[in-house]
Amino acid sequence: MSNMMTQVLGWVDDRFPLSKMWKEHLSEYYAPKNFNFWYFFGSLAILVLAIQIVTGIFLTMNYKPDGALAFASVEYIMRDVDYGWLIRYMHSTGASAFFLVVYLHMFRGLMYGSYKKPRELIWIFGCLIYLALMAEAFFGYLLPWGQMSYWGAQVIVNLFSAVPFIGEDLSLWIRGDYVVSDATLNRFFAFHVIAVPLVLVGLVVAHILALHEVGSNNPDGVEIKKNKDPVTHIPLDGIPFHPYYTVKDIVGVVVFLMFFSAVVFFAPEMGGFFLEHPNFEPANPMMTPAHIAPVWYFTPFYAMLRAVPSIAGSAFPGVVVMGAAVVILFFLPWLDRSPVKSIRYRGLCFKALLMLFVADFIMLGFLGMKPTTDLYKFLAQIGTIYYFVFFLALAFIPKFEKTKPVPERVTQ
Amino acid sequence: MRKLIVAFVFAALPGLSLAAGGGFHLDKANVDLSDTASLQRGAQLFTNYCLSCHSAQYMRYNRMGRDLGLTDEQVQQNLMFTTEKIGDTMKVAMSAADGKAWFGAPPPDLSVIARARGADYLYTYMRSFYTDEKRPFGVNNAVFADVGMPHVLWELQGMQKAVFKTEKASDGSDTQVLTGFEQVSPGAMSAAEYDEAMRDLVNFMVYMGEPAQLQRQRMGWWVLGFLAVFFVVAYLLKKEYWRDVH
Repeated sequence: MSNMMTQVLGWVDDRFPLSKMWKEHLSEYYAPKNFNFWYFFGSLAILVLAIQIVTGIFLTMNYKPDGALAFASVEYIMRDVDYGWLIRYMHSTGASAFFLVVYLHMFRGLMYGSYKKPRELIWIFGCLIYLALMAEAFFGYLLPWGQMSYWGAQVIVNLFSAVPFIGEDLSLWIRGDYVVSDATLNRFFAFHVIAVPLVLVGLVVAHILALHEVGSNNPDGVEIKKNKDPVTHIPLDGIPFHPYYTVKDIVGVVVFLMFFSAVVFFAPEMGGFFLEHPNFEPANPMMTPAHIAPVWYFTPFYAMLRAVPSIAGSAFPGVVVMGAAVVILFFLPWLDRSPVKSIRYRGLCFKALLMLFVADFIMLGFLGMKPTTDLYKFLAQIGTIYYFVFFLALAFIPKFEKTKPVPERVTQ
Repeated sequence: MRKLIVAFVFAALPGLSLAAGGGFHLDKANVDLSDTASLQRGAQLFTNYCLSCHSAQYMRYNRMGRDLGLTDEQVQQNLMFTTEKIGDTMKVAMSAADGKAWFGAPPPDLSVIARARGADYLYTYMRSFYTDEKRPFGVNNAVFADVGMPHVLWELQGMQKAVFKTEKASDGSDTQVLTGFEQVSPGAMSAAEYDEAMRDLVNFMVYMGEPAQLQRQRMGWWVLGFLAVFFVVAYLLKKEYWRDVH
């Protein structure tokens, strides 16, 4: 039997680099041995992507992208399709889980300087993934065709009409109608189920290829390729990804699935955070809800949008600031000039600013879901300013920062 | 980790984005989906009083019967009043145009209303009709101001009038604040009986919002149990493999 398998494998290998790829990316990809808790979120993001694609395929089998049928088809899935409720809740919880995992994954990059040379492209691919993910979430959110779906899309598409000169035509072109309508739903469906997922998967492949080209960073920010075994040329601090990190990531996957299942089976609405209550009312173009708030993962940016005062009645400045908040992420590898990667060996100033940045992002997220008051608006303005100050400060901190010596080898 | 914890704390804050009930305090409905008798009583109230104007077009009669421990015959004899088939959903004969003409707005479909408004809202709403001569049907509602719906359950509850208190608004002017109700004429039920009936009704509507709820929770325990066992195996496997990593 094993002889036969070897023969089959040999036959394939003569025609396709199967064993070669297995070795390059798993059994002979050497990862630093000191990965900690924060290093689970990359593999978890792949897991969530897989969950979204598989559940998405099954949802598509029963969902109807039609303004007159969409809301009812979702309820049909929830009631009449066998385990349709499970598939739908996995998909809706998966959307929030995706952002949670990606935010934690990005925070890991910030902490350990994973975006620094030679990993700039990994970071940029990652930012593009984040951008694609936002587009995917935005298009997908319209599909249940509830009140929040409808009015959320209305608000976001209207942002484009704030662009000077071409704005009105631009938003009309995006919607395919003068208001969000059946035409909009159809095209958003197309983007959600095929266009953006294709881009997303392609970017994930590029992200991983770039990572495996230069090798993983680690909590010490030490390049393990600098210390190789003179004979085998294997990094002394590296261990093969498979089986070491595959078995370790399985543990991470199980723990993640426990949290994930707790939400899916016991709190799928998550108190209105994962499934908003007004979205259980069918889309009604004639009635604007009292309070329109995006889902939690967009609220930090929504808070920035609302914090910026409009100029001459145009909301364009807010749109620019919101866009800049995402664009600035791409420049992070060149903004942060510290030669030290890991937060472990950086000065107090960086640690304090990073913690403040996390608090700021969460505060903006909170403010983005609340109706504006004078106090909230003021806080959002402070928060928006600090968001950008943090990134610009990274360029100046190294001028006076007292860093600790970085060890030659990884620590345990 | 901190971000994770904070994210979960935020997520746990209940109902931040719940539609506000016009500032009127909402009473707790305390529904219990495992109370099948209560669900059956709720279904009876729903089909008798609500279903003549409101549809529940995503709820099938036979699914309801199955979930509530009733046979198809029992459902047909007690809960179905038109010539629908047992596999039909709860449609209503009134057209949207008629509804708009008669009530100002077509009565909304109630299939998922409990998920949109919340159980406490519905529970308080059904107990907050009061006499108001200015309204076309002579009643208004404390939770849903100027609602188009008449007090359909007045026979059961009787009529009550609102008690107002004068308060100073922030700009110094006097405003009328609704503080409670006073019974004007008795109904077929006492106040406590009516509250209990409304709890049954809301219980049924919560069930109807998501009929698979109980099944979902039952399955959840099995899934979590499996994952707990799997965790032990996965953890031991990881430990075994990592023995030689120093």
